[in-house]
Amino acid sequence: MNPDLPTLLFGRLTWEAIPLHEPILIGTFIGVVLGALAVLAALTYFRAWGALWREWITSIDHKKIGVMYVVLGIVMLLRGFADAIMMRGQQAISFGSAMGYLTPHHYDQIFTAHGVIMILFVAMPLVTGLMNFVVPLQIGARDVAFPFLNNFSFWMTTFGAGLMMLSLFVGEFARTGWLAYPPLSELAYSPDVGVDYYIWALQVAGVGTVLSGVNLIATIVKLRAPGMTLMRMPVFTWTALCTNVLIVVAFPVLTASLALLALDRYVGTHFFTNDAGGNAMMYINLIWIWGHPEVYILVLPVFGVFSEVVSTFCGKRLFGYASMVYATVVITILSYLVWLHHFFTMGSGASVNSFFGITTMVISIPTGAKVFNWLFTMYRGRIRFEVPMLWTLGFMVTFVIGGMTGVLLAVPPADFVLHNSLFLVAHFHNVIIGGVVFGAMAGITFWFPKVFGYKLDPFWGKCSFWFWLIGFYFAFVPLYVLGLMGVTRRLSHFEDASLQIWFQIAAFGAFLILLGIASFLIQLVVSFQRRESLKDVTGDPWNGRTLEWSTASPPPLYNYAFTPRVHADDAWHDMKHHGYVRPLDGFVAIHMPKNTGAGFVLALISTVCAFALIWHMWPLAVASFIALVGAAIFHTFDYERDYYVPAEEVARVEGERTRLLAAHG
Amino acid sequence: MAELTAALSQSVPPGATAGARFYERDYHPEHPTMLGFWLYLMSDTLVFACLFACYGVLGHSYAGGPAGADVFDLPILAINTTLLLLSSITYGFAVLQIQQNRRDGTLFWLAITGLLGAGFVGIELYEFAQLISEGNGPQRSAFLSSFFALVSTHGLHVSFGIVWLVTLMVQVAQRGLIEANKRRLLCLSMFWHFLDLVWIGVFTFVYLMGVLP
Amino acid sequence: MVLPREEETRVPAFFITFARRVLPALAAMALSGCNLVLLNPSGYVAVQQGHLLVVSTVLMLLIIVPVIVLTLVFAWWYRQSNSQAVYAPDWDHSIQLELVIWAAPLLIIIALGAVTWISTRTLDPYRPLSRVDTNRGIPAGTQPLTIEAVALDWKWLFLYPDQGIAVVNELAAPVDVPIHFHITAESVMNSFFIPALAGQIYAMPGMETQLHAVINHSGQYEGFSANYSGEGFSGMHFKFHGMAAPDFDRWVQTAKDAGSELNRETYRVLRRPSDREPVRRYAVVATDLYDAILNRCVEPGTTCIKDMMSMNAH
Repeated sequence: MNPDLPTLLFGRLTWEAIPLHEPILIGTFIGVVLGALAVLAALTYFRAWGALWREWITSIDHKKIGVMYVVLGIVMLLRGFADAIMMRGQQAISFGSAMGYLTPHHYDQIFTAHGVIMILFVAMPLVTGLMNFVVPLQIGARDVAFPFLNNFSFWMTTFGAGLMMLSLFVGEFARTGWLAYPPLSELAYSPDVGVDYYIWALQVAGVGTVLSGVNLIATIVKLRAPGMTLMRMPVFTWTALCTNVLIVVAFPVLTASLALLALDRYVGTHFFTNDAGGNAMMYINLIWIWGHPEVYILVLPVFGVFSEVVSTFCGKRLFGYASMVYATVVITILSYLVWLHHFFTMGSGASVNSFFGITTMVISIPTGAKVFNWLFTMYRGRIRFEVPMLWTLGFMVTFVIGGMTGVLLAVPPADFVLHNSLFLVAHFHNVIIGGVVFGAMAGITFWFPKVFGYKLDPFWGKCSFWFWLIGFYFAFVPLYVLGLMGVTRRLSHFEDASLQIWFQIAAFGAFLILLGIASFLIQLVVSFQRRESLKDVTGDPWNGRTLEWSTASPPPLYNYAFTPRVHADDAWHDMKHHGYVRPLDGFVAIHMPKNTGAGFVLALISTVCAFALIWHMWPLAVASFIALVGAAIFHTFDYERDYYVPAEEVARVEGERTRLLAAHG
Repeated sequence: MAELTAALSQSVPPGATAGARFYERDYHPEHPTMLGFWLYLMSDTLVFACLFACYGVLGHSYAGGPAGADVFDLPILAINTTLLLLSSITYGFAVLQIQQNRRDGTLFWLAITGLLGAGFVGIELYEFAQLISEGNGPQRSAFLSSFFALVSTHGLHVSFGIVWLVTLMVQVAQRGLIEANKRRLLCLSMFWHFLDLVWIGVFTFVYLMGVLP
Repeated sequence: MVLPREEETRVPAFFITFARRVLPALAAMALSGCNLVLLNPSGYVAVQQGHLLVVSTVLMLLIIVPVIVLTLVFAWWYRQSNSQAVYAPDWDHSIQLELVIWAAPLLIIIALGAVTWISTRTLDPYRPLSRVDTNRGIPAGTQPLTIEAVALDWKWLFLYPDQGIAVVNELAAPVDVPIHFHITAESVMNSFFIPALAGQIYAMPGMETQLHAVINHSGQYEGFSANYSGEGFSGMHFKFHGMAAPDFDRWVQTAKDAGSELNRETYRVLRRPSDREPVRRYAVVATDLYDAILNRCVEPGTTCIKDMMSMNAH
């Protein structure tokens, strides 16, 4: 028996990788296991395994994939927020001789994981989910351009999140901050598996995201309904188009940067090392060339959500449609020209710093134009304070403050005193929470009836909104103050006890946000229980303006029995006011793609390969890579990927809607 | 509300004009495959752009080791480049065969392309083996790290292209030049020419400029 | 379409209450009884940067405050239950308004851009100081103070080449004397920051950054690393003392009296990872040590980076 066999098979994975000595992790693990067992038991009890596989896991339906993305985002929000609560807790008590309850070793993983999770596994899935569900419906299409790829992209993102979650219980996570700057992330200073988990989780998820970007651009460019010129597209579709262009041009840079870091760690190359000519500044430039467009990828879709919500709930055309479109395109292009503002303090010299500072400020002009356009949509409108509109108003007040602090940080000498301080932390939470989270909540509430056929309970929605809004201010205004007091970020212990009150206020704010999240979860349960009374019968519960509101709630599998023909922007509004009558017969067979398990399988094999690489299990890595290529080739031999929904089936489904509409008059 | 429900539930005989201006009975959108693949190629271009940028920044960090002039073998480069450029031409011939619906002609030129590509990869591997045996592997300096990263990323792409090419040859042999196979062959064509373009960038900016004094 | 009208009038009232009561309360808390050192620093460079914060904020508030007020006012006035409000459902375009919407932020940004351009030049950390204060130029005959700062895991080493001393985790400088910092790091990226004195600048291994600053008031100030660098990061802080010239000379003397020597051997011991190091002083410092640290050749037998570069140019 070869004594090296365990090392060959298991690499550096040993029993020590299980953190038995960390009570918080063991407690979490037990909770997760119990929760998982409950879910598995429920699935078995309801005999739902087949349905789960057939209806959801193998689904290439953009509507189901959109739902799964949002579910992923919400689940990961709970994990990311748990990290936030732990950090707030530590920072509220760790002063002077009190060291808190988290060692730096643990705390440093928490802030790294919090950033990675919130940006890549909460915000990205939430906006991707909304775009996935809504865009094909808004453009009058039956699915995205590449339905199989859509499924594969989803599973790659999910398994990337899975790898991150696995790092809690097997090994540990990176202790570098969410962007893993070298030299700290190099082998010399982070020899353990943490940075490798980071690299491979992001690489797996990143592949999914790039392909999703390609998919949605092709969808919007090629699959629009006849008559829907670019300038007749809904604004949400415009922002989706620009977002996905950013994804396609930005994510490959992340892939390349992490690949180079991986080469340094695995092969011993010298891209970013301290010796043999490596240059860490190169990584910082590359990662922010990705990182800045990334935050616009997060925020542009929610700008689109707000445009739809404002015009719908003000009962009015969106003010300045063309201006909105140009502003979005300008923001998209400029977002690629500002990356250096993330490291003004690296010493690039006045000319370089001022160029990037000024381009950063220039972005606030089209962004400001958008805010004014929303404002003037409200002007002379008739505003209904449904929950999505509340989130929008909260956004308009909160986001502009965050934008202001952003422009402040864009002045390089100001940044010299604010960089990496809690002021910076407050700024980006200001724009991400005030922008992306509020927008995601608005979008989820707005489109929920379309997805599930009933509205979300308004009372719990309002509770969630107010807890989030007030909680945000309590949690982050103290951080602005602390930043102005000269306090830096990522500290797990402080000497100055006079700072403590601010951290305590911030912890209270985090508690309020916790109540906001709890209210949202309660809202989901209560709405399900009350779904008959909250039912959306007509498919158009808000008096909407865009095509998705012309379909049933939920829409049929094929979205549209007949592809819409568009004559104006705000197409559904135009149809309602120009004598549209819903066709009742004459249906034809509809060409639809088949479900497939290939995406799930390929993503699973990729993840096994990633896990093997993390733990240096070389034989498994090689074998799973070969299996991946083989499975992909095998999949290409499947030519029977579509089928026809018979005309009789279409007639039956449409007939059911006719009966429903007639019954509810 | 009443207006809306009425609009949605009223009866209309098939072919009636009222409301019919708002839908098409049998609409077939264009195939998005070529655009989609083109977009993927653009994302791949960015990966190579990063590697070129890296080479640009780190390409003179020799760490006391060899520079380009010391390790680049121009005769081998010439052979390699010829093989790759020729393979693009032969793929072009294959596409001409596709347009004339000639399955066997297509397969023939694909095979030649694959062999030329394999020759390219083989020679590149030989070049790498030489460098590594001399102690000038990617761990030697930032210059060599970025050289190896850029050139082997390109070589890996060519290798995947060859795997794809063989797979397509089997599929064309099995099912002939059906629409789906033609689309796939045209995508591979774009991929192959793209790699050619990248190689022109590589041998210009890396090899030729590297050996200049 | 009949739409629900419950709870409509209550909701806008919440907004008004929020704007009137909670926000000012938060502002009052902020401004009372805490040391906002960025707005009230003790070094001329930081003072200018603090002014910049205020000027930029005021410029932007010119847009932000009207936007927030208009948002709340429009939300209140154009609520569905207000029958007095004009309802213009198809009004979506106005050239004049668009011009204002794009021009107003543009003008603010032009102003801010000009401020940026000028201040980025004058406050460039690499630019030697031409004044010690708003009102005073550099007194004739003032010798600027040179300090070499090295970020280690997880402490700061400060070398004073002109005085021939070195100190760990404590820094001092005479008041109103321009200081020229040369900054590097031993292992990973850090950031050298004394908020009361000047802005921060990254400390990077194998590279040198520079910072010019001056301290105008005696006192004790906080200094630390502003870029996360690993497990001991939270303890990586030091005290910076602004002192009158005689007190500074006395401080230098205490280092000389400490007696220990900082050379390559003792440096290699010092740079081993440790955190919350107590203050340590060195009376004798090897003159080429900083250069060796910067060029990563403290270890015998290693080639200095600068020598490697000249080897390459063959």
